[in-house]
Amino acid sequence: MRGAKLMDKPQSFQDIILRLQAYWAGKGCAMLQPYDMEVGAGTFHPATTLRSLGSKPWAAAYVQPSRRPTDGRYGENPNRLQHFYQYQVVIKPSPPDLQALYLGSLEAIGIDMDLHDIRFVEDDWESPTLGAWGLGWEVWCDGMEVSQFTYFQQVAGMDCKPVTGELTYGLERLAMYVLGVDHVMDMPFNRPDAPVPLTYGDIFRQAEQEYSRWNFDVANTDILLKQFEDAEAECARILDQPAEDPKTGRTIIMAHPAYDQAIKASHVFNLLDARGVISVTERQAYIGRVRALTKMCADAFVQTAAGGA
Amino acid sequence: MDYLLELFSEEIPARMQKRAGEDLKKLVTNGLVEAGITYESAAVFTTPRRLCLNVCGVLEQSPTLREERKGPRVSAPDKAIEGFLRGAGVAREDLVVKADKKGDIYVVEIVKPGRGAAEVLTEVVSEVIRKFPWPKSMRWGAGQLRWVRPLHSVLSILSKEEVEVVPVDVDVPVGDSTEGHRFMAPGRFSVSGFEDYEAKLKAAYVMLDPSERADLIWHDATNGAFALGLEVVDDRALLAEVAGLVEWPVVLMGDIAEDFFALPAEVLQSSMREHQKFFSVRNPKTGRIEKFVTVANRETADGGATILAGNQKVLFARLSDAKFFWENDLRVPLGEMAAKLEKVTFHNKLGTQAERVARIAALAREIATDVDADPALAEQAAEICKADLMSEMVYEFPELQGLMGRYYAEAAGMPAEVANACEQHWQPLGPSDNVPTEPVSVAVALADKIDTLTGFWAIDEKPTGSKDPFALRRAALGVIRLVLANDLRGALRHIFVLSYADHVIDKLQGLQGARSKASAEFAKTFGFTDDEMDSLLSRKFDEMAPHEEQKSFVKGFANQVFSLENPTVLNLLSFFHDRLKVYLKDKGIRHDVIDACLKMPGNDDLTLLVKRAEALQAFLNTDDGENLLQGFKRANNILRAEEKKDGVSYEGEPDVKFAEEPAEKALFAALKEAAPKIETALNDENIEAAMAALAALRAPIDGFFDGVQVNADKPIVRRNRLCLLNEIRAVMHKVAVFSEING
Repeated sequence: MRGAKLMDKPQSFQDIILRLQAYWAGKGCAMLQPYDMEVGAGTFHPATTLRSLGSKPWAAAYVQPSRRPTDGRYGENPNRLQHFYQYQVVIKPSPPDLQALYLGSLEAIGIDMDLHDIRFVEDDWESPTLGAWGLGWEVWCDGMEVSQFTYFQQVAGMDCKPVTGELTYGLERLAMYVLGVDHVMDMPFNRPDAPVPLTYGDIFRQAEQEYSRWNFDVANTDILLKQFEDAEAECARILDQPAEDPKTGRTIIMAHPAYDQAIKASHVFNLLDARGVISVTERQAYIGRVRALTKMCADAFVQTAAGGA
Repeated sequence: MDYLLELFSEEIPARMQKRAGEDLKKLVTNGLVEAGITYESAAVFTTPRRLCLNVCGVLEQSPTLREERKGPRVSAPDKAIEGFLRGAGVAREDLVVKADKKGDIYVVEIVKPGRGAAEVLTEVVSEVIRKFPWPKSMRWGAGQLRWVRPLHSVLSILSKEEVEVVPVDVDVPVGDSTEGHRFMAPGRFSVSGFEDYEAKLKAAYVMLDPSERADLIWHDATNGAFALGLEVVDDRALLAEVAGLVEWPVVLMGDIAEDFFALPAEVLQSSMREHQKFFSVRNPKTGRIEKFVTVANRETADGGATILAGNQKVLFARLSDAKFFWENDLRVPLGEMAAKLEKVTFHNKLGTQAERVARIAALAREIATDVDADPALAEQAAEICKADLMSEMVYEFPELQGLMGRYYAEAAGMPAEVANACEQHWQPLGPSDNVPTEPVSVAVALADKIDTLTGFWAIDEKPTGSKDPFALRRAALGVIRLVLANDLRGALRHIFVLSYADHVIDKLQGLQGARSKASAEFAKTFGFTDDEMDSLLSRKFDEMAPHEEQKSFVKGFANQVFSLENPTVLNLLSFFHDRLKVYLKDKGIRHDVIDACLKMPGNDDLTLLVKRAEALQAFLNTDDGENLLQGFKRANNILRAEEKKDGVSYEGEPDVKFAEEPAEKALFAALKEAAPKIETALNDENIEAAMAALAALRAPIDGFFDGVQVNADKPIVRRNRLCLLNEIRAVMHKVAVFSEING
């Protein structure tokens, strides 16, 4: 059996993603696709933020490309990237065996539960921009943090009833560990014996350099500041519209388009932060402004059918 | 019979386990006792996944309580009797007639039957679970119950000959079973009592008792280190935490690559402790950290090899980061690091860290002469003491602030006093922290804390009630301990004024430009009226020569600031006195004794103040002291009463030629002798000698009250005697304000 397990080890980054997809699909989650906007983490996807609100049951999993401009290191740091992937699982209400389900997913990607030391170490989660918090753990495998495990308690200042269970896997770090790779850029993205073998670096090194330069030194802060204000204004304007659409005569509250603007504002803020033009005091004010947008969108969402109204 | 309770949940944060165990024991046993169910002993155990309570010798049934309740008189109106029946919940036929002082009355015996332990336990445990005082709790799934993390099952059994499951009214399965180790022995099993439970858990790879786990970890770690000629760095807090992270501890020792030996030991320790929960293993010969100990939660077929390799890899990455920070930091001169403080706001009304450092440096220079430090060194130390806040290492490991400053100052070849001050100026951080004694460190430590205090006083951000977000009480206590431990003399008030002025004048100069939003803030902060502000702002006062009235305004302002009677500074001083009272009370000095000394002049000289208080308390504990105090009180009471009656004060000097009685003459003589002695002693600051001189007054004062009638018939004699009493008061008040002391 042990031999079989060894044979079963994943060979590449995408292998791990595919196995997670297969595993969570098998557990009944809807396999969503990444959200088509720039976000800082998988949590920003409306499938997590908005769907954790209201009473309707929900189960979804997806890969989310995530951007943190301040973490750019020109592709040189073995662990840090300004663009990376998160794997996100959200289930509402959180099932009683969520820990066991999670551990099953680690086995599915080739972590042998008989040889490793898996631990749930206290780590409470809070997102000031989303006005959200939850309790849970960071999950350690042999001393390495491989996932975040959170029971959402509040999102956008609203109590989560029922509670959503959220699992977030940092895919690069997890895969590096499973594949035994020391530098992210050396990690095989597809199978090393494929006709065109590609490493993570083949695909992303150049982009990391380009974005690092742009994020830190080139991005036009005047334009960004304007974009922030535009997104903020548009978000409010969308939600200011009457619920009844004059053209169709239907009730259409536009929570999702408004939330897109909140996401946009949040990302623009991250870019401004990377450019170093936001002082410590201003920082809090910007975070507060994004939180106010998220709150408005959440208030609108819970008045819609998907929000359980 | 015995009761066993286990609350089985997902992983409980290590830091909460101990307190949760204590709370569980207290709440359940209190609930039982309140309901009349006593017990012999109770013990509590915690693991990451369970809280367990074992109560032995539980009373099976609470005693039946009988209470006789008196009702109305037999002759009372029917309505009153009905009311009594309703209130007592009994029927008319339960009533008995009894004779009472008032005549025949109705009486009823109310019987509260005893309740079974199981019934009470159900009630108590359900309530305890629902209202458990977790510091932070959560809901999960679609349920309403709150617990620290999802609660999975409750084991609740009473055992005697038979095992009985005690129901618990919460929305999780309740029974006689539990689970073993998550990975090594999954699956449920039933238990029949505590011994069975503990033994079966151990067989299922769960060590129930946290102290047993901690002992095992420490034993295995120290043995392993000893075998290699090494020692484990003692860390009780980490040991307790790690024992709370595992149910089946397995100690593994790993290597640290030699590349990292050059890092300061504290850096290795912080990095390993904070991020990885590793113990450091030191080579006693070199003092270097050469290995680490990690504690796994399981045994594996490969003897932990995979686990250790993984941990080692994570550590390697962490230490590579630390090494990178260390080497980068060493390349940056401290002055350059300090310059970056310009970009860091300390507080939006108190400017940047760089401005703060400049104030501290100026103040440290002033203080240096008072504490026998070289002013130039004190200034130099102050200028770089916060530089390490801008180092990459401290950014990553904030707990190394100060210490890294020392390392970087040493590496830059700065004088030892300067390097020491970088580390020590933060001290004392808490009531048990060390107090610096090296003069340069003392000067910078004082300047740092005093600048913080006068700054927040200047912008009126004082601590209120339980709110002290800037830790100002701690800063004041730090100053007090620095002054006392180093026997520092000199008036604090002068230093406060200097430091306060630096904040205020700084702001004033900042206003030389045009009107700004900040100016309104400034006016508010410093209590200027709009007119004053206008006159200040409409003309720039540094090029102001032409306008006399403006000069005088600025001068007036400056005079106000630079006054020892500056109300802000006086307010700060009284804050210090409050802190000092708390501090001295902990040292066993009475509140009233402190007050008697605080009322004396020079009360900003804390060293003298404490010396006085200690000597006074010691004196009051002697026979002479106690009697003298009584004599003082008597004199003072008579004097106050007579002064009030006569509407005059008897402050004139008494004249010995009007003294008639021998005891009176003796008191005159004694006072005449004591007064100069006290004067001299106080000038020499020999408080004990002053007390001794006072002691000599006890007998003559006692003699006076025994042998002399104060209210004599002859007005001149009476007046003279009252003046003599006043003289007693005056002489004694030279030493301390005795009227403050409770007798």
